[in-house]
Amino acid sequence: MMDYDRLLSQEAVKMKPSGIRKFFDIAQSVEGVISLGVGEPDFKTPWSIRQSAISALEKGKTTYTANAGLIELRREISAYLKRLIRTEYNPESEIIVTVGGSEAIDLSIRAIVNPGDEVLIVEPCFVCYSPLVSLMGGIPVSIETKAEDEFRLTADALKEKITDKTKLLIMPFPNNPTGAIMCREDLEPIAEVLRDTNIFVASDEIYAELTYSGKHCSIAELEGMRERTVVINGFSKTFAMTGWRLGFMAGPEEIMRHVYKLHQYQIMSSPSISQYAAITALQSCFGDVAKMRNEYNMRRRFLVDSFNKLGLDCFTPQGAFYVFPSIKSTGLTSNEFCERLVQEKKVAVVPGDAFGKCGEGYIRVSYAYSINHLREAVKRIGEFLSELKEAENG
Amino acid sequence: MDSLIKLLKTNARLSNAEIAVMLDKTEEQIAEEISKLECNGIIKGYTAIIDEAAIDSNAVFALIELKVTPQSQSGFDEIAQEISSYEEVESVRLMSGGYDILVSVTGNNIRDISQFVSQRLAAIDAVQSTTTHFVLKNYKENGIIINNDQTDERGMISP
Ligand SMILES: Cc1ncc(COP(=O)(O)O)c(C=O)c1O
Repeated sequence: MMDYDRLLSQEAVKMKPSGIRKFFDIAQSVEGVISLGVGEPDFKTPWSIRQSAISALEKGKTTYTANAGLIELRREISAYLKRLIRTEYNPESEIIVTVGGSEAIDLSIRAIVNPGDEVLIVEPCFVCYSPLVSLMGGIPVSIETKAEDEFRLTADALKEKITDKTKLLIMPFPNNPTGAIMCREDLEPIAEVLRDTNIFVASDEIYAELTYSGKHCSIAELEGMRERTVVINGFSKTFAMTGWRLGFMAGPEEIMRHVYKLHQYQIMSSPSISQYAAITALQSCFGDVAKMRNEYNMRRRFLVDSFNKLGLDCFTPQGAFYVFPSIKSTGLTSNEFCERLVQEKKVAVVPGDAFGKCGEGYIRVSYAYSINHLREAVKRIGEFLSELKEAENG
Repeated sequence: MDSLIKLLKTNARLSNAEIAVMLDKTEEQIAEEISKLECNGIIKGYTAIIDEAAIDSNAVFALIELKVTPQSQSGFDEIAQEISSYEEVESVRLMSGGYDILVSVTGNNIRDISQFVSQRLAAIDAVQSTTTHFVLKNYKENGIIINNDQTDERGMISP
């Protein structure tokens, strides 16, 4: 008999399954559920991108590419970053094409964290940062954001958590699950705190193109910050390319030189067909991006308005494709709310605490769904709330 | 395309209040824009998109190509307008290419449609010939998918 307890890596065993997983199983067990639960676009990848992939396949471009990614693609990424965040990265030595933003997140953490280092994680946030930090023997330190600050990171909250062990700050804006963004004025005080420290920043900007007020701003573009930041971005959300598994990361050469080794041994190179398609995406598909953004924007306004009318306070998020209404007025916990909603009205939304403790009292609602789908779901949530009230009063 | 028109095309039953929220305008502005579109004849009407086959499995839908001799004064207009006035007819279009006018018709059964073609359409003097195509299955109508067995491949919950 194998003794698996002795066999397995302790770090793998200690790793907690994602909070989303548990709720997924519950939602899965109910028949006829309509979901507002996914974190990926409902649009298909624009046709010209798909066509480029088909053409790359036909031409047999099926080999490994350069480890860091096709140089043509890295040049496009470099030009794109200059437009998007007004920051220059050398395509030869400062950009790596990764397997999704996910790999870029993993690489940033691996390249920087030593055992015992503290990593500041701004919560609520995407689920993978903390487990990856722990895997490296680092210590995840949560910084909670609050609805009254529109879920932005404040300089005071940051200062409070900095110790002499602090190594890395993970900046997840535009934010999944809250939809919060940080504009230049919000980022400046953060940069001010960091400038005379040795703290590094990993800025996860995967939703950069889904910003609904003003232009996206990266902490990397503020004075003195380029040298202490890696920027993480990708094709999944911008171009509706989640299944293509393609992202990228850019940072100062001193860091990227070592990131390169990790990537090389882990991955060799990102998928070739996806890379050829991505060149087309960056060269000619921002019209499609604008169309998708417009559509998301209508849905966003519709949901914020609907939830506020239903009495679930919902701040107006300016990014990504999620709203994050408070369900505290119902007296239920996030988990109770979501479980009952899916059982009683067959609508699946994600409990806020799956994204960090301070997400308790909230739910994440995705609007990567058609307006007609959203209307039906809102109607059912309305019925659910009325029935809750009746039960309370009756 | 104008966002308002696009919204109405996907769902004409959205209330003005809902549309106003989505487009970040006031309800009054939306009411005014819609009435302008109606007055200018841009919006011709609002209708339901029906899957006829789901109501009556015998219902038949046909597209009929007509070759027509143009009239000296009015060209194709007079004939096209005449055909448009028939109640059974759902759409009438003047076409480029191998024939002149394309007519779509719904009937209770194949006989109804055959009769309509032979007795009404073919009987018009200027009509030289007709070719009738019966529709076997309808997949999309007015931009709305009608026959859709596809499920959302994204699953229910993902981070
Ligand atoms: C904040 C955030 N970062 C990164 C990712 C990873 O995206 P991908 O690996 O598809 O690029 C996601 C996906 O949901 C996300 O929400």
